Formats: sequence, structure tokens, C-alpha cells
Amino acid sequence: MKKIDPRLLLAVGVAGLVMAAWLLLMGVVVWSTLQPAERAAVGEVLAPRAALVVLGWLAGLAVVGGALQVLYRRYVGAPARLLEETRVVLAATTPQQLKPRGTAEMQALATAVNELAAQRDGLRADMDAQVAQASHSVQQEKNRLAALMAELNQSVVVCNRDGRILLYNQRARQQFRTLSQGTAAAAGAELMGIGRSVYAVFDRQVLSHALERIHQAMARGAPSPSAQFVTTAQGGQLLRVQVAPVRAAQDHPADTPSTAALSGFVLMLENVTQSVQEESERDQLLHGLTEGSRSSLANIQAAVDMLGYADLEPAMRERFLAVVRDEVGTMGQRVNDLAQRATQRLKTRWPLEEMLGADLANAAQRQITAHCQRTVTLDDVDASLWLKVDSYTLLQALTYLAHRLVDEFEVRFLQLRLQPVGAHAQLDLVWSGQAMSNETVMSWEMDAMRFGTERTPLTVRDVIERHGGEMWFERDRVRHQAFFRFLLPLASVQGPVESALGDESSYSRPEYYDFDLFQMDEQGSALDDRPLSELAYTVFDTETTGLNPAGGDAIIQLGAARIVNGKLLRQETFEQLVDPGRHIPEASIPIHGISQDMVAGKPRIAQVLPVFHAYAQDTVLVAHNAAFDMRFLQLQEATTGIAFHQPVLDTLLLSAVVHPHQESHRLEAIAERFNITILGRHTALGDALVTAEIWLRLIPLLQEQGIHTLRQAREAAQKTYYARLKY
Amino acid sequence: MTAKILIADDEPNIVISLEYLLQREGYTVVVARDGNEALSSIATERPDLVLLDVMMPHKSGFEVCQAVRADAALQATKILMLTAKGRETDVAKGLALGANAYMTKPFSTRELVQKVAELLGRPTEGSA
Repeated sequence: MKKIDPRLLLAVGVAGLVMAAWLLLMGVVVWSTLQPAERAAVGEVLAPRAALVVLGWLAGLAVVGGALQVLYRRYVGAPARLLEETRVVLAATTPQQLKPRGTAEMQALATAVNELAAQRDGLRADMDAQVAQASHSVQQEKNRLAALMAELNQSVVVCNRDGRILLYNQRARQQFRTLSQGTAAAAGAELMGIGRSVYAVFDRQVLSHALERIHQAMARGAPSPSAQFVTTAQGGQLLRVQVAPVRAAQDHPADTPSTAALSGFVLMLENVTQSVQEESERDQLLHGLTEGSRSSLANIQAAVDMLGYADLEPAMRERFLAVVRDEVGTMGQRVNDLAQRATQRLKTRWPLEEMLGADLANAAQRQITAHCQRTVTLDDVDASLWLKVDSYTLLQALTYLAHRLVDEFEVRFLQLRLQPVGAHAQLDLVWSGQAMSNETVMSWEMDAMRFGTERTPLTVRDVIERHGGEMWFERDRVRHQAFFRFLLPLASVQGPVESALGDESSYSRPEYYDFDLFQMDEQGSALDDRPLSELAYTVFDTETTGLNPAGGDAIIQLGAARIVNGKLLRQETFEQLVDPGRHIPEASIPIHGISQDMVAGKPRIAQVLPVFHAYAQDTVLVAHNAAFDMRFLQLQEATTGIAFHQPVLDTLLLSAVVHPHQESHRLEAIAERFNITILGRHTALGDALVTAEIWLRLIPLLQEQGIHTLRQAREAAQKTYYARLKY
Repeated sequence: MTAKILIADDEPNIVISLEYLLQREGYTVVVARDGNEALSSIATERPDLVLLDVMMPHKSGFEVCQAVRADAALQATKILMLTAKGRETDVAKGLALGANAYMTKPFSTRELVQKVAELLGRPTEGSA
């Protein structure tokens, strides 16, 4: 039921009053001309007919009211509708025309608007043509490079500063698909997608550590700074990740060292599980053969040397011969054992990265200072050393030791030293004053490292072994100092080999990208205060067995699409048939077209919801008549434990906000209004896509009404919701 | 006055040769078969030199070395580390912890005799 405009009621009221006043005035004028006798006679005539006068007034009022209503429709309602339709034309990105109707003036106005729109569309088409021509060659180049990127055997992911993915290639998507725990519904899209956070896959700490090192290298003016780390992904896979920066500004001269901040970073992923394993097994085998055989060889050699003495008594000779026989037997046994063990899994040797000593020292200084609130000085640091380290765990070990020194021995000042010794570097963590017992040092070395509530399964010893290094505790009595000394491997070359990436422009359009996300900065503003045009949305729809979730009706299909940065991502959709675990009513089948045998063998809602939850993570949910779909999702909360806490927007309510004068806010009606072609209506995904298109068109119309942020949209929707409840 | 040498190694196959060799060279030889035994032996026997294996049960050679160097009364004891751990880092650690010399297995007995004599400040007479 449409609301009656209060202005119309007011107009009818005023007309009634004016009529009454006029009647009264005429009465008074006539009354004043009458003689007293005539007045009495008129009074006598009129008094019993007063009701007739009032009735006449009411009839007049009804006529006037009717006339006003007609006039209102023609001259107020019609312009209001025309205004709304004009606004749609104004916001439309494709040519669109008004249907002239109503009075001659209204029709003329609509025609004029159409002419203006046509003029605008003409200009726009003209401009588009020019732009298209200008970008044609660029596009061609991009396409060529996109093809190249798709062929790359390496996974490439580009992120903005906040870790939001803005580009990925097919290979990366495949890799994430194997990591994904989900069903086929999202095919890895719940992990890898435009605008998603890469931190869903990688440990934030490890990645930000790599970025920090890139920052240092950039500050130093390194020509092509990059960092790499190895991380374990789900299922124990080892991923080697190479990180390269995307610099913010490219417009200053190339020869000035760029100190510009990062605007994003490129990740190149490689699954190294296999190669690391093989390498490690070979290593272990070699190690067993050399180190293990040394003792035996020593024993044999010593015995043989003794056998060389001419004056050896026979009893001793027999003993030395026994040693030789015994050791030869032992060695033979060892070689056999090793050959067998070579085929078994052995402990993983960790791949190390090359790092400038000064960077390591600075990073350690910063981290220890931040963690222990103690002054850490650098002394005797050879800044030109290149080390081969796993800097993340090494810094953890240093920080952990410093932490225990501060905690248990109240050490106040710490010092770091770094010097080369032969093929190694010695890194010292130095403090003055009290020294501890060797037992204490031993236990620090063997305890799993902890940082406050954070624990790692690693010990300092593990970290040392990962480096093939050594660590011990030493006292410098002369200087009243004590220190932990780490022997760490040096990099074989001076500085990491800068890989020839070629021209920077080679990172170009692959199949999946949105470089506009570079501009996005989500820090500092809550979701509620962010502009609607910037948010990421999951637009979804459900098909159900019926309309009554509380009465046992259930979801039989879930479809969704993502909108990121104002673009509908058609290649990252979600579509899943769901076995409702109950009969699908015959009457509902023509509506959704899903029969009983279509859902047979499909997953149950309890299996689908976790994947959908991951898919919708960090986004705002959008649905048409969202309350209905949300009700179905919420009913599952108790059994699945999956709750959707993100904000929800309803295109039905928001359409009513934008177009209060329209008769219908059904999906088809809105789609028709916006000139959206409907494909596959009444499948969950089809409806979700239509809803998404509608939402994209609603955003600029909401902006015209001053509704810019999520909070404003939710408030506006709530008002219409209440309004609809009242009438 | 002959010098006294302690052989600390858990492998009888090397001990037998070293014992024979050093006795032949005219040293008094004592044997210890693990880290703890080595430490108590050093305290009671007061050897002039210890041939110290790194990989021993109970206490490693590194620990024994550290303990000896921490005891002011034992400062004169020379320590020659013998180990199958041939990495540079192990050598550096051994020397840093106070070993006088470090030999990697396998070694020639002649070199060992020379090294021992050197450490004890004896001329290397008649070494065959």
C-alpha cells in the first residue's frame, strides 16, 4: 500500500476551510442587509436546514478533494516519477530513454530529457571511441603479456600494501586450489580472489618480516630488492615465496634511488616440498657416510699404524687385527644401513636466504629493543657481510635469548657484534655482569622458544642446526662481559644474485586482476564509515524448498558472486546444490527448477556453509529481501557453529530508499527499471548476479541522496523498513 | 718424570691403539670411557694432557672442556680434542671453549704424537 502524500491531505484541508470561510462570509454579508423581521424569518427558515448546508459543504469538499487528487497525480506524482526515472537515466552507463506520458507538458519534458540524454550518450560514445582507440595498442601489448604470464610455470600473485590480492595467474589459482580445504563449490576462490587478503594463506608475521627487509634494501638503494622465505602451508607443503616490491611512484627520474614507499608487492610461489626433500635426503646420506665413517676410519688407521711396528708382540698384533676386522664390519654395516635409509623420509633441511649482515643486525636490534624494552647497541658490526640465514627464526632465537637474559638475570644493556671468521660469521649477543651456569645455557638452548603467550615448537638448537652453525656461551673476564656466540654461514657470493626480471612493464594483464586496488587504503577507517563504492561485497541468493524456514523448509541451492572495487567478478562465483535432507515439494519445482534427483548425493548444508563462510569472509553480504535468506542461514548457526556476523544490505529496501514512488520492488521490476538483461533467472547464481548488477546501479543513486557510507545505507534501509511495517 | 695423559673416549677400538701408542712413547696413560668419568679422572689423576673425544655419553667433550676451563686449579691441563665432527664450526667451538688443539678423525698417529709432544713441550725424539 502506498503512502498518501501529507501535502495532498493538507491541500484538501485548506480547501475545506476556505469553502467554509467563504460560506460564512457570504452569510454575514447577506445577514447585515436584512431587517430584524427578515432576520428572524430567515433564521426560522434556515435553522432546521443547517444539516443540509453542512452536507452541501461536504459534497463541495469531496468534489474539490477529487479534483485535487487528480491534479496531484497529474502535476505532482507524475513529475516525481519522472524525476526518479530521469535520475536513473542520469546514472545509467548505457543509453536509456524515458517513456513520455501524462500531460502534454510532461510528455514534452520527457522528450526534452530524452534529447539531452541522447546528446550526452552521443558525446560519451564519442569519447569512448577516442579512449578505446588510444588504449587499443596498450591493450594489445597487455594481452600479449597476459598470455605470457598465463604460460608461466610459476605462480604469481600481486598484492597491494594491505595484502589484498589484485592480480593472480592461472597457475597461482591451481596452487591455491590444492591448498583449499573446501568442496568444488568455490574451487579455491575462497582463498584466492581479487581483493582477498593474502594473509588468509600466509602468516602475517613472516610476510611482514620479508617486507621489512625489502624496505631496508630499498632505503639502501638496492637496484632490485627482493626477499624470500619458505613457509609451510596446509598439509605440510613447503612453499618458497619470493617477494618483490611494487614501488609507489615511477614518474621521477630513474637514476635517483627510489625511496618511495611500497604501494604493493609481488609474490612468486613455488612448491619446493619435493626438491627440499630430495636434497635433504642426499645431504643426510652424505653426512652419514662422512661423519659416521670418520670414527671407524680413525680406529682402523690407528690400529694399522700400530701393526706397522716391527717389534709388536703377537698378542697385541692379534688385538689390533681384531680392531681392524671389527671396524671394517661396522663400516660395511653402516653403508648398508645408509643405503636403506636413503629411501626413507629424513628431517627437512631448511633452505636459507641471503641477507646483508647490517640488515640482520639492525633488524635484531629493533626486534630486541621492541620486545625486551632494553637498549641494544651495535658494536663491531661488519656491515659488508652477506650471510646465509633463515632470518625469521634466527631473529626469534636472538630475541628469545635476550628475553631470558632480561627476565632471569635482569640484564640492562645488550650489545650485538658481527664479524667474519673464515667462511663463517660470528654474531655475538653480549651483556655485562652476571654470567650463568652451563646447565642454564644448555636448558635455554633446548627449551622450545616462547614469547609471552606465543609459542613455537622450535628450540634455539633447532635454529642453529637449520643453519648448519654453532652456538655457545663464553665469558670475557677482562671486560666483565659474557656473550652468546653464533657461528653462521656466509653467503658464497657477495650479495644475492639479482634475478634478471627484465622490463618492469612485463607484469601486465593476466586473466585475473584489478590494479585499481593499489589506491585502496583500508587502514584507519572502520567498515561502517567506508564509502559504499570501496567495499567488497558477496552478493548471494538461495533457492529453498519453501518459504517457511522454521517449518522445516531448507536450502537446496546457494549461489554467490563477488563485487570488489565496484566490479562484478564473474570468474569468482560460488554455486552449489545442497541436499536438503527432505522432500522437495512438487509445487516448488517449477519455481526453482531443482528436482529431487538433482540434489541426490550433493553435500549437506553443514558441509557447504563453512566454505561459503570462507568465501564471504571480509565482505559485506548483499541479497534481495535479505531477511529471508539470512533467516535460513541463521537457523543453521546452532548446528554448524557458523555465524555470519558481517553487515548485510538488502537491495529490496535500498531500492525503496532510492525510488519511494515506484509501485514494485521485485527483482524483475527493478532489473527492468535498470535495463538489466536477465539470464538464468531463478537459479541461485543467476539471481545473485542480477542482484549484484542492481546493487552496482543502486550505489550511485544512493550517493545522489547523500548516502555514501555503509552506515548511512544501513540507517536509510532501516527507516524504509520501519516505514513499510507501519503501512 | 713422565707426563701423564688421559684418554677420554667411549670407543674401545680407538682407546686400545692410543693407549698402546702413548705408552710406547713413554707416557703414563689413564683411560676414561665417558664424560663424567673423564671429569673425575682429571680431578684425581691430574693428567698433563687430555685426549678428549667430543661425542661421549653423559657429558660431551665440549662440556668437559668447559668444566675444566672453569676450574682454576686445572688451568695447566692441556686439552687436545679428537672428534669425528669435522665441520669448521665444531673446530671453532672447541677452540673457543678452551681446547689447546683440535684434531679431526681420522688422523695419522704420527701427527698425533707430534701434537702431544708439542703441547707438552717435549722434543719429538725418535718418533717413527
